[in-house]
Amino acid sequence: MPTAPAAPERIPEKALIMSGYGINSEMETHVALTRAGMDADIVHINDLIAGDRSMADYRLLVFPGGFSYGDDTGAGNAYANRVRNNLWDELQEFMDGDNLVLGICNGFQILANLGLVPAFDRTYAREIALMPNRGGRLECRFVTLKPANENLWTRGIKRIYCPVSHGEGNLSCSKETLQKIRQKKMVAFTYCREDMNPADGEYPYNPNGSVEDIAGLTSANGRVLGMMPHPERAMEFTNLYDWPLMKEQARREGRALPAESLNMQLFRNIVAYFS
Amino acid sequence: MASFVHRIEVHYTKDPRLKTRTDRIRSLGFPIDELHLTDVYMVATSARDFTRDELVQVAQQLVNPVVQEFTVDEATLPLFDYAIEVGFLPGVTDNVGTTARQTIEDFLAMKFAEGEAVYSSQLYFVRGRLAPEALRALAGTLANPLVNRVRTKTREEYGHTGMDRIVPHVELHELPTAGPVDLGIDDAELMKLGKEGILDPQTGERRGPLALDLAQLHAIRDYFLKLGRKPTDVELESLAQTWSEHCKHTIFASAMDDDVPKGLYKTYIQAATNEIREAAGDRDICVSVFSDNSGAIIFDDQFLVTHKVETHNSPSALDPFGGALTGIVGVNRDTIGFGLGAKPCINIYGFCVGDPDAAAPLFRGKDMSNPVLPPRQILDGVVRGVGVGGNCSGIPTPQGFCYFDPRYAGKPLVFAGTVGVIPWESGGRKLSEKAAQAGDLIVMVGGRVGKDGIHGATFSSEALDPKSPVTAVQIGDPITQKKFSDVIVKEARDAGLYRSITDNGAGGLSCSVAEMAKECNGCHVQLDCVPLKYHGMAPWEVWISESQERMTLAVQPENLAAFMALMERREVEATVIGTFTDTGRCVVECGGAVVMDLELAFLHDGLPKKQLKTIFLKKANPEPDTPCPERLDDTLLAMMKRKNICSKEYITIQYDHTVQGGHVLGPVQGKGRVQSVATLTKIVPGSKKAVGLSQALFPSYSEIDPYNMAGAGIDTALRGLVAMGVPLDTVAILDNFCWCSSDEPERLGQLKLAAKGCYDFSKTFGTPFISGKDSMFNDFSGFDAEGEKVKVSVPPTLLISSIGVHPDAGKAVSMDAKIAGDLVYVIGGTKEELGGSEYFALLGSTGNTVPVLDAAAAKERYVRLANAIAHELVASAFPVNHGGLAVALAKVAVAGRLGMDLTVPVPDSIRPDYFLFSESLSRFVVTVAPDHKRAFEQALGPDAVLLGRTGGSRFRLTAQTLLLDVAVRDLETAYKASFGRF
Repeated sequence: MPTAPAAPERIPEKALIMSGYGINSEMETHVALTRAGMDADIVHINDLIAGDRSMADYRLLVFPGGFSYGDDTGAGNAYANRVRNNLWDELQEFMDGDNLVLGICNGFQILANLGLVPAFDRTYAREIALMPNRGGRLECRFVTLKPANENLWTRGIKRIYCPVSHGEGNLSCSKETLQKIRQKKMVAFTYCREDMNPADGEYPYNPNGSVEDIAGLTSANGRVLGMMPHPERAMEFTNLYDWPLMKEQARREGRALPAESLNMQLFRNIVAYFS
Repeated sequence: MASFVHRIEVHYTKDPRLKTRTDRIRSLGFPIDELHLTDVYMVATSARDFTRDELVQVAQQLVNPVVQEFTVDEATLPLFDYAIEVGFLPGVTDNVGTTARQTIEDFLAMKFAEGEAVYSSQLYFVRGRLAPEALRALAGTLANPLVNRVRTKTREEYGHTGMDRIVPHVELHELPTAGPVDLGIDDAELMKLGKEGILDPQTGERRGPLALDLAQLHAIRDYFLKLGRKPTDVELESLAQTWSEHCKHTIFASAMDDDVPKGLYKTYIQAATNEIREAAGDRDICVSVFSDNSGAIIFDDQFLVTHKVETHNSPSALDPFGGALTGIVGVNRDTIGFGLGAKPCINIYGFCVGDPDAAAPLFRGKDMSNPVLPPRQILDGVVRGVGVGGNCSGIPTPQGFCYFDPRYAGKPLVFAGTVGVIPWESGGRKLSEKAAQAGDLIVMVGGRVGKDGIHGATFSSEALDPKSPVTAVQIGDPITQKKFSDVIVKEARDAGLYRSITDNGAGGLSCSVAEMAKECNGCHVQLDCVPLKYHGMAPWEVWISESQERMTLAVQPENLAAFMALMERREVEATVIGTFTDTGRCVVECGGAVVMDLELAFLHDGLPKKQLKTIFLKKANPEPDTPCPERLDDTLLAMMKRKNICSKEYITIQYDHTVQGGHVLGPVQGKGRVQSVATLTKIVPGSKKAVGLSQALFPSYSEIDPYNMAGAGIDTALRGLVAMGVPLDTVAILDNFCWCSSDEPERLGQLKLAAKGCYDFSKTFGTPFISGKDSMFNDFSGFDAEGEKVKVSVPPTLLISSIGVHPDAGKAVSMDAKIAGDLVYVIGGTKEELGGSEYFALLGSTGNTVPVLDAAAAKERYVRLANAIAHELVASAFPVNHGGLAVALAKVAVAGRLGMDLTVPVPDSIRPDYFLFSESLSRFVVTVAPDHKRAFEQALGPDAVLLGRTGGSRFRLTAQTLLLDVAVRDLETAYKASFGRF
């Protein structure tokens, strides 16, 4: 495949993008990272298991979106089992280093099943679940997100506007877990209305019924981010649902059009962390 | 048979879907209180049993402890009145069971042996009292008897032990061998052989339709007489597959009347493409047409874009979910099987079904036996099937439609298409070309072979009747396919590890291997090598099985080791099943004996030629006699609610249309979220270019005027692209003829006119056909509720799909009105053309005057509009489609949530209602910024008529008098009413 337009500068740190068994967003995730200035390799999980590739060569680990194992036995569960049963030691070492982990959609579901979020401690217990959407089926639509806390991932982001596309993104956990998540400021993004007011659980602004409108969550140490929406699917201005209207309004008001979409900031923040 | 069977049941402590699930069932008329769901895994082994500890650990792998609980070998005990367990019948693909098995194998570091498996099922707990018939009917909506096993228990029967441990293991007892078939029988017996199949010597039953007619059977008999031997059942079944209507398209290939001696395909479809390409010279966009699994046109100087649209009608009638799922993953393989392997990058769909709210029950058997699934259940199933297929495969599904007519109640039409992208070259090889060579190994990749889909190709060439074979049902496994799709298209292709590839679709190996054998002139297959799902299959079954998710490749011997190692690393099963040769023969061995040995020339070209006769009779239909209402407010609201006009957004949002990151103009647009008729998607990251797709069909015109029906389809499919700014000279089209009763001269007469329309109109537009498919017998023969014989035939249906390349996606135009004060234009004139229109349907009439296409004038208009869009003079554009001008204007207003105050130029000669709802072709509704008025009018010329401005919250249309004045909000409510609860 052709590469994205060359970013001005590349950082030496590299990203490992997981693939295989029905993961399907590795390509656009790769494009997003290279656009932001980080080289990335797409690696089949079996090549890691076979030892042909090693996590230790990378600083960012990405579990991209997809339908690993067709969501059978619960979205992300079977792929998480494959990781836990075959790569657990390597992954723990990676987690102990000054490295970042990003999970988007199916990737978030995998992280949740692996206990990498919320990861209150190194036991990596499963504390949250991404249950089936309240509507009982997949929802594909653009949503508006608001950063809930300032952290390395959300720095400088006022708003994210990107698609969700999942059948199981309905975040649920115990009251105590929720309490801890709030206390430790681990909510990264919440679903909100177009005017940036909270969705308050209302469909379709909160598309799946997630508790407290949570769309994305970091680990307790902040180095892992899992989120259901897909910023990597709306990197360009013309990827946005409402770009034709924005374009007309900008022209009439004599404003220039943005070259890329607001969502790229998330990937630039990753690059900034390593720079 | 498994000796150790354990049952793990999993349920949510608080099920988030409980309310939606219960509401949905209640909306179908079942007065239940609640419907709870438990997932069941039956672990069945024979070599080794699991300890209780192991089973608990296994269960922990299958649940999320935060929100789920499980039981091992104990019944789940909620509060309920009835328990309904729905599992699969033996041999039906069980994806959840397979994933659970792999998880257990990985966790316990062991492998399940042959015959050991995990079987999944769903256990529904019903709260609320139901009459016995209602309970049976409820079970019927949760399960399909052709693929599911259902067991129902009352609370008392369930007791404390719960449901039974049933293992749906495949038990086959026959000793399978190949046998000779005697063709030295009289014509009546021969015809019976063709219609009902070979008499099985073991069971004494017919094996299911060969769909060979008498002339074909005579040709086969004569061929074997010359050879001095009887054909084997493998040979006969193989010929039936290869010669089937489904594979050979005999109706399109045969001579017709005196004036079409070369047949419809060569005379009208292929000829149009050839002549268009020749006239285009070095501006020809076609790269590969008709010959490969998909058609391909130029995307840019690095990439080609492919397109193919298939139908999966008969399987979807029997099992809507499985039929539609295999339809979409099947056409994905037409992409992977294009050239040396294109990457699937966009899925499209189309459903033609009966009215989901008004079902007249139909039965395959007398006395109300063997009922046809009601349209609602068919719709729900096919919607879900295409969704699961596309979503699990990571292919966006932005483009599609749903069309309703009571005549689709006997047999629905399910269209599934896939666009692919492939580089022109890789490693010095042209990727659009392929050829197996003698000595290359025949390698089958993907899933295993079972009895699934046997006689699919011959069956879809026949009308549905009580003897339709049950084994025609298949359920796809998109993840198995995703695994080989990824490794083939993203790794093996560019490593140059194989020389040719095709997919296993209709006819299975018998068609794919024999087709590739043409490239090198021979093949030699060892059937014993083919990996099977279970033992006990006869050689003919292995050879023609349509088990899903398989490709056939030609691998050079020197690459075999590397190829097989790569497949193993990606956990994709690949098996050498023979060798390509240059002997001119197709030879198949099984169990040490040759079970098939035919000349390729006879296999592919021995089919006797047919001469078809047609007649065309023009019928006169009554015209409506209702007078024009004084005001049309209510009429427009009623039109907006019509099922062929209103929003089906509930389908759109179930389909991932953003994966791969190429979304530009999607399936719903604007603040008011109105469904578009065309979509624009980027397929190459970093490129400015994007692929535009649209579709059109006018089955309601077919019986009146099939020639102009074809014109309407072509014009509308092109217009959808032009409205986004796609230039006509980048556009190609695809045809899907779904006809009925194609053995009747009247139906063939309609077909001939439609095909002639395709030739004439595509030539005038200069848009070539690059791929097509036909399905000629979409009829249902059975009984109604009174036991009377009925035949329900689909209206002759021609789907035109269009594909074009937008040079600069950033200049594309969406459909929604954008800014108050913008000018609203209609481009193109309106005539009184309401035959077959949605408005006449509302009035209960058919009429006689369908829209007539002036393609030359339309072409000039389309060039002008695309130009104006390229110069960014247009704020929104939308083609006038089903429902006419008023509906199109209303949709643009609703999409923008902006009012309009317009004066429509109704001439004295046309009634205002007819003017507003006439379906005259080649028209657009366009909004333009006031500062672009002059430039726009200059660009479009007198074709563009200014109607008024956008603004406010009301939609007002005035002619000589005020015709209607409706709140845009009310239009939106009406537009979204009909499927609001689906």
